[in-house]
This record gives sequence, C-alpha cells and structure tokens, in this order.
Amino acid sequence: MRYLPHTAEDAAAMLETVGVREIDGLFASIPEGCRFTGRLDLPEAFSEWELERRMAELADRMAISPEYLLFLGAGSYDHHIPATVSSLAGRSEFVTSYTPYQPEMLQGTLQGIYEYQTLTARLLGMEVATASHYDGATALAEALLMAVRITRRKKVALSRAVHPHYRQVVRTYFAPTGYELLEIPCLETGLTDLDRIGECGDLAAIAVQSPNFFGCIENLQVAADRTHACGALLVACFTEALAFGLLKSPGSQGADIVAGEGQSMGIPRAFGGPALGMLASRKQHMRSLPGRLVGKTTDRDGKRGFVLTLATREQHIRREKATSNICSNNSLNALTAAMYMASLGGTGIRELAALNHDKAEYLKDRLREAGCTIRFAAPTFNEFVVGLPGGFEAGHRRLLDRKIVAGLPLGPYYPELADCGLICVTETCSRQEMDRLVREVIP
Amino acid sequence: MSEALGTNGLVLNEPLLWERGKKGRRAFSMPAADVPPNPLPAELTGEGPDFPDLGEIEVVRHYTRLSTWNFGVDTGLYPLGSCTMKYNPKINEKLAGVPGFAAAHPLLPTALSQGALQLMHDLERFLSEITGLDAVTLQPAAGAHGELTGMLIVHAYHRSRGRQRTKILIPDTAHGTNPASAALCGYAPVPVPSGPDGVILPETVAALMDDETAGIMITNPNTLGLFEENMPEIARIVHSRGGLVYGDGANMNAVLGMVRPGSIGVDILHLNLHKTFSTPHGGGGPGAGPVAVRKDLSRFLPSPRIVERNGVYALSADFPESVGRVVAYHGHFGVLLRAYAYILSMGPDGLKEASRFAVLSANYIRERLKDVLHPAFDRPCMHECVFTDRNQQASGVTTLEMAKRLIDHGYHPPTIYFPLVVHGAIMIEPTETETKEELDGFIEAFRSIVREAGENPQALREAPSRTKVKRLDETAAARNPCLAG
Repeated sequence: MRYLPHTAEDAAAMLETVGVREIDGLFASIPEGCRFTGRLDLPEAFSEWELERRMAELADRMAISPEYLLFLGAGSYDHHIPATVSSLAGRSEFVTSYTPYQPEMLQGTLQGIYEYQTLTARLLGMEVATASHYDGATALAEALLMAVRITRRKKVALSRAVHPHYRQVVRTYFAPTGYELLEIPCLETGLTDLDRIGECGDLAAIAVQSPNFFGCIENLQVAADRTHACGALLVACFTEALAFGLLKSPGSQGADIVAGEGQSMGIPRAFGGPALGMLASRKQHMRSLPGRLVGKTTDRDGKRGFVLTLATREQHIRREKATSNICSNNSLNALTAAMYMASLGGTGIRELAALNHDKAEYLKDRLREAGCTIRFAAPTFNEFVVGLPGGFEAGHRRLLDRKIVAGLPLGPYYPELADCGLICVTETCSRQEMDRLVREVIP
Repeated sequence: MSEALGTNGLVLNEPLLWERGKKGRRAFSMPAADVPPNPLPAELTGEGPDFPDLGEIEVVRHYTRLSTWNFGVDTGLYPLGSCTMKYNPKINEKLAGVPGFAAAHPLLPTALSQGALQLMHDLERFLSEITGLDAVTLQPAAGAHGELTGMLIVHAYHRSRGRQRTKILIPDTAHGTNPASAALCGYAPVPVPSGPDGVILPETVAALMDDETAGIMITNPNTLGLFEENMPEIARIVHSRGGLVYGDGANMNAVLGMVRPGSIGVDILHLNLHKTFSTPHGGGGPGAGPVAVRKDLSRFLPSPRIVERNGVYALSADFPESVGRVVAYHGHFGVLLRAYAYILSMGPDGLKEASRFAVLSANYIRERLKDVLHPAFDRPCMHECVFTDRNQQASGVTTLEMAKRLIDHGYHPPTIYFPLVVHGAIMIEPTETETKEELDGFIEAFRSIVREAGENPQALREAPSRTKVKRLDETAAARNPCLAG
C-alpha cells in the first residue's frame, strides 16, 4: 500500500529497537476477549485507477449543469468560482495543516483567518466575526444559545420564514435544554409579521432571516427596534451572503448577532457540505461568542503576528463551562471565502449582487407574463416563490423529464404553499436559459 | 551527521489584504449583464461592504506568500498527539473536485442524486463494519459535533424510558470536547480518575455509577495512548445501572480491524474521518464526525436517513423518535467522499496494516526517547506515546520551550500539556505514513534539544528562531483583543 512506506527491513529494525518479535506483540494489552479476529467485510483494495472509475460512475448519477438546467437555491447557491480561488485554497500548506496551536509555524492560516474575520465583519456590518462554524444552521443554533447566555432568558422566537432546515437544527440543539422555542408567523406579503414580536414576552432573542427563505427582503431595522423594545437581542440570519453586496447589512440595521451561511463565497455546493457557518456580533458580546477567534499580536521583536485568542471561552480550557463544544470548525472554507471576497473586491461584489438581483427580476417578470403566479409582493434578491400554471408539483415533474429542475417544491415545508415552489437565479444562468424555462413552463 | 532539516530561506513579507489594492481593480471575471438593470428601492440597498479592490496577481501573490508561512503534513512530520496527522492522499482531493460531486445541489430530487446517496449508504455500511455497530449517521460535521449528536441520542434514550438523568461519567484524560458536549445536553460531567496504570478501573466506575448517571464517555485507546482494557467490565457496570456507553473514537487509528467497539460494550461511537480516515485537517477543519450506534438506538439517529430499496436510494424522515437534524443538509459530503475513497484504496488488510504501523511507529519513538524523556507510563503504547517533563525540571526548561525548539529543526511539535493529568505532557503521534528515516530525524532532533536544554537552555527560550515571526505574545492578544482590522 503506497500510503504505508515501511519496508520489511524497516519494520524489522523498528521491532528490534522496541524489543518485540512481531507487531502483534505491541497489542498485548488488548485482552483476548476484546479482539476482533475476523477480517473486515470491506471491498478489496482498489488501485488509483479503479478508484477513479468507480467514483466517476457515482458522479455520473448526479444531475448537474450543463446537462441539467437548475433553478435551485434554498440555502445552497450556484455561483462562479474563480480558478484562482480553487487553486489557492487547494495549496497543501493550507489544506494539510491543522488548528494553529503553534502559531509561529501557521501564520499563513492565522493571517488568512484574521482577514476572513475582518471581511466577514465588514460584509455583515458587525464588529467581530468568529473563525467559522460548520454551516448556517449550526451557526444560528449557536447564536441563539449565545443570546440565552447573554440575556439569561430562556425563550427564543424564530420567524417562520427562516430556512426550515435551520429551524429543525435549532430545535435539535434546544431539545435537551428546556429552553422554549416560539414561531413568528408570516404575512401575505411573504415577510415576517414583526408586529407579533411584542406578544412573545420575556425573550432572549428573535431570529429573522433576510433575505428570508422565500427570497423576500425583511425590514431588519423594524425587527431590531421591536426586539430591543422587549429587551431581547436580534439574531439576523441569512442563507445567501452575496445579498449583502447590495442590501443594507444586518449590522447597520441594528442586529446584535448575525449568523448564516457563507457557501456563496467561493465554496462548491458539494451536496450541501462542507459549507461555512458565519457568525458575527457586536464587540460587547465578544466574550460570549462560541468557537475559535484569531487575534492580532506582536512577536518578541515587535513584529505583527496572529494567534488563536480568548481561548478561556473554549472547551480545551473551560471544558463543561465553555461557550461551545466546537473544536474543528470549517477553517479551510473560511479561508476560501476570504479569497473569494478579496477576488471580488468592494466594487465587484456590488456588481455581482446587482446582476443576481437583475436576473432574478427578469425571470420573475417573464414568468408573470407567461401566466405564473408570483406569490409574494415583497421585494426579493435572487430567489422568489412562484406558482406554475396547472399546479407546481405537476409542472415541476414535467420539467424534470426535460432536464430542468424548476426550483424547490414548497409543499413539504409549508403546507400553505403546497402549490408553489422556490426559484433561484444567479449570475451563472443566462438569459437564453431563463427564456427556455419560461417557454417550457407553459403546459 | 547529516544536514539538519530545518533551515533558513527567503521568506517574503506580505501585508494585510486591505493594505494592498486600488479602487477599481478586480480578480473576478464578471459575466456581462444580459438582462436590463432593475434597481431595488433605495431604502433597501446599502453602501456595499468595504472590501479592498485587488488585481488577480495581487490575490495570487497574497495567498501564495501566506501559504509559505504555513506548515502542513505535506511539508513535514506533524506528530500532534490525538490529531492523527497522517498523509492526505492527493487522489482524494482530485475526486472531491469531480463536478458530479462538487457541483451537486443538496436538495436535488433523490432520483437525480443517486450517486451521492449510494456513496453515503456504502460509507455507512463500511463504518458499521469497522465499528461493529449496526447503524450510522453521516450528518455530524466534526468530532465534537459527533459527540453532541451522541449525547443527544443518550438524552433521547433516557427520555424515552420515562426518566431523564442528570450526570455523565467522563475520565480525567478526556478531551475537553467531551464535557463540553455533555453540558450542551444538560449533563453534569463527573470526572473519573484513571488508575495507576493509566486506564480506568471497573471499581472506580462502579463507585460512581448510579441511577442519576446517564452513562459514560470513554475514549479508547485513551489520550495516554493506552487501551482501556477493562472496557467490557466497565460497560457491564454502566449497563447494569441503566446507563449507556459512549465511545469517543478519536483514537480509532490504533485498532482498525483489530477491535470493534460495538463488540466490547460500546453503544454509541463517533469517528473522526479527518483523523483515522485521512481526510485533510484544513488548518482547523472541515472534518466529519459520523456516529455509529447499536441497533436499538438507531431510532434516535438524526434524520433524514438514507434508505435503500431494490438498489434505489431515498431520504426518509419517518423516524418519529429521531433527535432531528444536526446540520442543514447531509453532513460534510465533500469530506465523506474522501474517507470513502480512502477506505476503498486501503481495503480491509490495508486498514489493519495502517493501525499496526501506527502503533509500531509510536512505540519506536517511545523506545528511542525514553532514556531522555520520562515516559508517563512504563508500558508499550498504542498509536501515541506520552512523556512528562520530569527529566527537564532540574534544568528549568519547559515542555513549551522544547516544543518551540522543535520548530527550528523543521518538525511540527507534538501536542503539549495534554492530557491534563500528565505534568508537562508531551504527546507524540507519528502515524503510520511516516518513513523510518523521518522518525529517526525527529528522534535525533528531540534528543539534541534535550542535550541543549542542559547545555544552552537560552537557545530553547529564544525558539523558534527560524520562523517568519518569533515567539508571539498570546497574553497581550487576549488582554486587548483585536479580532478585525
């Protein structure tokens, strides 16, 4: 096996040094009754070339562009990834290192994550951002637990327009805690009914997603004002980080904590993971943040350098009193996101975000003209809810036969929207492709 | 004496991203607009983020230079104990980039994502075979996330039996993630002291285990690099009081194909695919932490789960007792596929050989350093060997100083000051993928540092001296945190 470099001669010399005759002698501390004496029932070893063929067979059974025309978003977005980003993020000095416990020999990762924290804080309009979480859903769950710690209140409310899977993950995290979860309903406009915030009582936090799961842009300023009036924290959530190239940032509208998904920032969809949990807050809450943080410092010669910091919040120091159990996070994806944000720049991200919005508006207008229902009146970013002539499910199924995935049917998530689907358009979708969808939706 | 591995080279300075660039530059090929502009109402739009505008060459040079300040397994020996920094196969990186996997949307209709579902279903079966447990979830995103998932299952199990419990037993050698994960489920950790030989004694567990205790979290082999030989008896005691045995599989790299945790009393186990199954550590993730359980606990596994019927794979959420979803989609699929490729590359015999050579390599290092460093326990180890700082106390040289000096020699230091029960702990895990020459070089370097500690301790206090930055002030960083520029 090529990953095991030991020759028989090496093994013999090592065994002689150790003073045992056979390697098995080193396992003498394992009692007989604990040993597995059989042979694992696994496939025989593949050569590299057999492996490539096997994996190609599996990969071929996945529907991807360009064979398929996909209008799927719902938390995982198809954006162009510059070759530079893939190439740089694939550098093995980044890929094959680990958590920078020895900062002097991992300054590349550390400066890279410090830059990521900075760009993320700027993107979200916050003062500090963590080094990363697993994904948007776990970042949201950790943000809400953080709000409980800060406010010492035991109840949180989530908008019904928060990604349904995120709400499920929050429910999972909250199940053993005894903290209460409330749901804030939506209005006919597709927006959260912010008037209901005041009725929720003694809340630690309100979570509102913007753009929300329906693509609609929420008024976070009003959400923040109402939330703060109850003495609670506003946790702004998002699934499409690119939106903040164009929209007001959550921080500028009064959010206290921002948590969401950074996959749009140069990270392949990879069937949903690994993605990137982004989590940011105001500086006053810095010591309540879960997860790794990189800080700036100096070395003995006074030169600038970076280290993991505020470790006294963390599990390896505080154990059961830690602000989170997180250890390995999604560092390489955070670094990738920073590369992507740096590649776009302030000018580029605005242009790209506007292009996403304009394309989605184009398709929305064409679909409306073709007799589709645009379900919600509220402004949207790059996805929107639509009803198809003849019913969404039927239309969706029919289009699948033509190798078009016309968005996500919403029935399984929102019974009240059983006849609608969520359509997403990004910069990767051409006008011709959108026109084709419009032609084909008419039965 | 051959030339030392560590040397000085030209290292380039590189400013922070926003100290570079000029307004109007870009490193992104912007698609031309083929639709008319359609501006949002002004009250919804902001200024846009304050990012620097950089040219493509600037971005490339920036990150290339940063990468040269980093050290990875591809650079050299990285013997971080309990982290299993083995070689990360290049072919697996290539496979992760195959468009069918990399570009796959997680919410594709199942009929259009059979390849990924089959891969995951196969991987579940492989991990089930390796652990000797009956069912597997691939959702957990990292080892600690697997622990949380396991504790959620423990919590759901006790709730289903009508009475929740309040405590959990955790050995004093455990990773900090164990108590932190248990605490998230409301369990108060009860420390279990290790016995004189570094392993947990059944009588200690028997004295602590009661009807208020949900179970035990036990790492085997433990973080002292020792096999918990009393595992079956410990499990019997815990089970007899209605508790569950959670196995932390962080150190499974020692016993692949030789011990199946499910056969020695473990009810729930997480694996770290980024340790045992060779997926890269990425400077701190992403990893993956699948959880395996015995049959009667499978009803609590996160949902949706992959189900197969007549060769067709589907996702089913029809598990009413499930703890629910732990991630937004299916877990770290990009990591799962690398582990799948690794298992196929190794085969059943290769996996066992990996463990055998991991253990031989650790014992070889232990044997060749034990006359200069004090072994924490006088017995053979499994995949990692642990030393104390006893021999260095007279000279006043610390474990940290020796570790920093190793950097000058061109090696990543071992894990230090962990486990907490070992004074000045030095925990070395070489893994099976290092050549004997590499191990010999590391051993010689460590021996020379120990000599230097006696002769010229100042050199250790000034280490590292060959890195781009010298010893960094971590105290100042924490006192006045600057987390963004």
